Amino acid sequence: MSGGSVHQALSVAVSQAVPLPGSPAAVAPTFDLHIPSQLTLALGPDIVLFVGTTVLMLWAAWRPDSREHQSNVGRASLALVFVTMAAVVGYDLAHVTAGPGVIAVDAFRWASDLIFLAASAGTIALSIDYNAREGILAAESHVMVLFATSGMMLLAAGRDLMIIFLGIELMSVAVYILAGFNRRSARSAEGALKYFLLGAFSTGFLLYGIALIYGATGSTNLTVIGDRIHLYSLAGTPLVTVGVALILVGFAFKIAAVPFHMWAPDVYEGAPTPITGFMAAAVKAAAFAAFLRVWLEAFGDVVYQWHDAMWFLAILTMLAGNVVALVQRNIKRMLAYSSIAQAGYVLVGVVAGTTLGASAFLFFLAAYTLATLGAFAVIVALGDAGETQLDIGDYAGLWTTRPWLAAAMTACMLSLLGFPIFGGIGFLAKWYMLQAALEASYFGDAKPQVELAVMIVVTSVISAGYYLRLVTIMFMRPVRADGGAAGNAAPRAGHLTQWVVGVSVALLLALGLAPAYLVSWTAKSAPVIANRPTYLLPSSAIPPR
Amino acid sequence: MLFQTAAAVAGGAAPHPLSGTAADWVWALPLLPLLGFVLNGALAIFGSAKAGPADPSAGSHDGPDAAHGVPGGNGQDDGAHADAAHAVPSQRHPYAWLVSVIGPLVVIAAFALACMICVAMIAAQPTTPFIQRYFSWMPVGDLSIDAAFQLDQLSMVIVLVITGVGALIHIFSVGYMRDDPGYPRYFSYLNLFVFFMLVLVLGANLPVTFVGWEGVGLCSYLLIGFWFSDRANADAGKKAFIANRVGDFGFMIAMFLLFANIGTLQYTEIAAAAPAALPAGGALVTTVCLFLLLGCTGKSAQIPLYVWLPDAMAGPTPVSALIHAATMVTAGVYLVVRTSMLFSIAPAASLTVCVIGAVTALFAATIGLKQWDIKKVLAYSTISQLGFMFVAVGAGAYVAGIFHLVTHAFFKALLFLGAGSVIYAMHAAYHETHSHEDAQDMRNMGGLRTAMPVTWILMWIATLAIAGVPLFAGFFSKDEILGTVFARAQGSALSDASWLGIPGGALLYGVYGICLVAAFLTAVYMTRLMLYTFHGPNRTGDAEHSLLREAPAVMTLPLVVLGVLSAAGGFLNDPSFLPIAPADMLGRWLEPVVGPATQQITRGGPAEADPRLSAILATVASVVALAGILVALLRLKPAALRPAREPQPAESKVESLLSHKYYVDEAYDRAIVTPTVVFSRNILWRGVDGLIDGLVNLTALISRWLGDSGSAAQTGETGTYAWALVLGVVIVLGTVALRI
Repeated sequence: MSGGSVHQALSVAVSQAVPLPGSPAAVAPTFDLHIPSQLTLALGPDIVLFVGTTVLMLWAAWRPDSREHQSNVGRASLALVFVTMAAVVGYDLAHVTAGPGVIAVDAFRWASDLIFLAASAGTIALSIDYNAREGILAAESHVMVLFATSGMMLLAAGRDLMIIFLGIELMSVAVYILAGFNRRSARSAEGALKYFLLGAFSTGFLLYGIALIYGATGSTNLTVIGDRIHLYSLAGTPLVTVGVALILVGFAFKIAAVPFHMWAPDVYEGAPTPITGFMAAAVKAAAFAAFLRVWLEAFGDVVYQWHDAMWFLAILTMLAGNVVALVQRNIKRMLAYSSIAQAGYVLVGVVAGTTLGASAFLFFLAAYTLATLGAFAVIVALGDAGETQLDIGDYAGLWTTRPWLAAAMTACMLSLLGFPIFGGIGFLAKWYMLQAALEASYFGDAKPQVELAVMIVVTSVISAGYYLRLVTIMFMRPVRADGGAAGNAAPRAGHLTQWVVGVSVALLLALGLAPAYLVSWTAKSAPVIANRPTYLLPSSAIPPR
Repeated sequence: MLFQTAAAVAGGAAPHPLSGTAADWVWALPLLPLLGFVLNGALAIFGSAKAGPADPSAGSHDGPDAAHGVPGGNGQDDGAHADAAHAVPSQRHPYAWLVSVIGPLVVIAAFALACMICVAMIAAQPTTPFIQRYFSWMPVGDLSIDAAFQLDQLSMVIVLVITGVGALIHIFSVGYMRDDPGYPRYFSYLNLFVFFMLVLVLGANLPVTFVGWEGVGLCSYLLIGFWFSDRANADAGKKAFIANRVGDFGFMIAMFLLFANIGTLQYTEIAAAAPAALPAGGALVTTVCLFLLLGCTGKSAQIPLYVWLPDAMAGPTPVSALIHAATMVTAGVYLVVRTSMLFSIAPAASLTVCVIGAVTALFAATIGLKQWDIKKVLAYSTISQLGFMFVAVGAGAYVAGIFHLVTHAFFKALLFLGAGSVIYAMHAAYHETHSHEDAQDMRNMGGLRTAMPVTWILMWIATLAIAGVPLFAGFFSKDEILGTVFARAQGSALSDASWLGIPGGALLYGVYGICLVAAFLTAVYMTRLMLYTFHGPNRTGDAEHSLLREAPAVMTLPLVVLGVLSAAGGFLNDPSFLPIAPADMLGRWLEPVVGPATQQITRGGPAEADPRLSAILATVASVVALAGILVALLRLKPAALRPAREPQPAESKVESLLSHKYYVDEAYDRAIVTPTVVFSRNILWRGVDGLIDGLVNLTALISRWLGDSGSAAQTGETGTYAWALVLGVVIVLGTVALRI
């Protein structure tokens, strides 16, 4: 495979894809972010969501808790998510841009926003059914999802460390609450408290890192930081080095990279299932979006320092996530470790440090979000009140009793495994990630990450051990004597749950057959890597690994 | 938006003459049968009737060796459905009436659409293929494969054959399969087959064709083993599948080689790039063509991969007519013509095609002489006729090859459906008397002409056509093949090339001679089939004789249509020396597709032999055909035959060799199957596998142990977690700091 060939394919895909409406000919507005009114406009979709969320919060608190109220607020929240989505798509199609400033106005932001919004729409839809079944009457849970989503959208937009910090906190606080939302469950409360304590702990590191970087460069703006590190050759100075390391720790905690992952299994297991899906899909994707932007725009020059740490994190995360998932019996815990492992794959896209890596990153996140959402939706659909049947063995014989759900779960598992055709885009996501690893380069110097690519393949083999085990259990074991989840006589899943399962699996499979649209979309949405002149870099800046 | 045409994508270029006509609907051609598959499949799954196969124990199966082809021990179970249905009348599927409407209707609709497109094409006379691209299917690296269809004169002809003959066979199946409990399943498979066959033919690049190629293989497998609860049938399906895998390997290698050297897999681009990128007659293009040929020998049942086709007769007879006679098995011929731009610059490969075709034609025809199973005779006849087509396309007579493909589809479909009609009647009779005789053995037939006059007349028409009696369809196409091969032996690119040291000219004369012998044998074995089946005294049994009936109209009507086509289909491409129809219609129609390749072979000379020579050769061929029929009439004595249940007279050594099909199955068994099994059992399974298993289990154990310890670290204590976090911070700081 010749160098840059995926790149060519991606650009070919872009040029061949259906021309998007509002093509270059239309005059695209450029916002001057120093003017407050224009900054407000540039934050349009975020403001739509935030204002709408605040109104919904008041409405949710106004009426006494009841089943209807919970469902109504949920449906209204769903509508708000779709309105915001429309706004995002509108901004994307208008090709708006912006000058330098605290937020970014680019395709990467809109693409990430759409992933978060899709995940939160799925979560809210699942929660409406789930809360009704579990007797959680507080309508505020849906609004909390919206608040978290607002934080995520800020994360995707932020081009300033302070904005990013704001986004992280807005998102995290809402998710802390959501994780403990089922107050009658001790596990839920325990998980939430752990998440809160450790989250606060890690935020300390993040904030300290930001402070050090500010001390070294005199700015919190990503572009300015990047320029100054480059201009004054700050890479390698203690202040910048330690600052980058601490910010890395902060992000690694949010994405649950090993060894900062310890909270994840407990919290994922304890949280209400739709919220677990939300954390595994959206929260992780949002942290990654900010992570990628910070790394590409601000710390490109510090690659010599962060490369090894990041490389080890990726390897450890892939390995530990997959290996520990092998021995899990609880399906939510298994998926928690699976999501840790998947974060390891995504880290490879960050380490690759190329536009190609960034587009592979987006493609992977889209595939991962769909598959995770689908899998958790199936769990919600099969659950009984109190969720007592979460052991993998409870799914024995599901194919004979609920063939459609078994098929959907299989598609999600195969997608996470990276199986072609029946796994939909999962295979292509891993394939593009491998390509990104093999064609990695730092500022023009080719630097194939062969070890990471090999690790992706090896750990994928290990992951077959638990993804396929669930499939064999569903298809090849008889229904257990006590029934388990497969023999559950509980009423069928609610319509919204069925929709979430159907839509995510259908998208997963359809995009797998015709991936060109998604490829072109992610390729055009990859963030532009700051183009500082490469000849200034000494060739020894590339670690000799 | 989704269905934008190539012209629209190219932008600026003049629109293709076919855009804006019915041809814009080409995507609907395969979609219609696919819709039928989905609907019938849904009925098969959700219909309440027992959807399993008919009970095979009710049928005749005195041995599980259909896969090994031992005569007399025929384990096929064709028609078992009628048996089982009779025993339990309620087994007819509750939605059978709906399936009977959907199944044939979608194919008829596709045929109607194909006719409309054909009319548009006749009006537009396009000189370039009409390509519709739908979406980018595989954008990976330098490889960009579109899901795209290509409509040109070649695909048009074959689409008409597939949908036209396919529709007739679907209608026939309504009668033939009526009482089978798996009725919706049968039609969904048949619809799916038509879908994949259309994808194969319409694909604009090799991978899309390959999708169809694999898809028809799958359907063939599913339908051969349609009555899968009889082990022999399931084995026959597997045998077909495996033999085809060997061929598909060749197809894939050819694709890889083409991509590595030309960088594209689209037919139009290959045709444009091949002459420059691949040196004519060079090793590379020859290798590519030989690998393609390997693929074709698998699909089209040529030596050495022909062994699956006779066993494929285990499927229902309409399946044999559609898949294993009229359409799928001709895919190899189609592929050679489709890639004729490659074969025409690789004379050695073309000659190989020719030789394989000739040897297969003769070889299969000799085996056909001594078979007793009526479908086996037809199966070997199909192999032999496919050999003729290979001879044609190998000799660069692409038009003749396609012409024979079309006429063969007519008369061979008729022969198979006629045989189906006979088997149907025989089976009904044997069932009535609860006899377990073999309903397909010709020794049990005889004198059926009085009971089944319509089938009798129509099968004679088909026999005269396949034998090459003048003015019937087969005469024209076979004669054109023979004439062109003879003409190519001098002054063409092939005659100047050499094959394994033999000069091409001499080789082609040899091929011509072999083909004449094969044509003679064709006439002999087909006349034999007719004599033993329809003439002489009846051997079915006294009780059964009076129960033999002609099949219902839904089965005989398609036969009549095919009879007309078999009689008159030859006028599609009337030779110039016989001025009774517009001359050379098919040749002129296909000119834009195969013209350049033919010119390459003939070095710019005329594509056909000159009329006087043609007339002489045609006379020779006719005399040979008539002689064959005459010899069979004089030498064979139907009255001397004994029913299969009685002891048979001893066979001579030659007869035994032929009736055992030259022991090829046994030889393959000894040379390939047994050593593979022994090797894999003793060395791979017990030895290598044990070692690998041990290693794998060890790895799994280590993983599990690591996982357990990882899990154990997950104490649930927040303090522990915080400590782990700090540890991580130290590690990260350490790695970063060591870089300073």
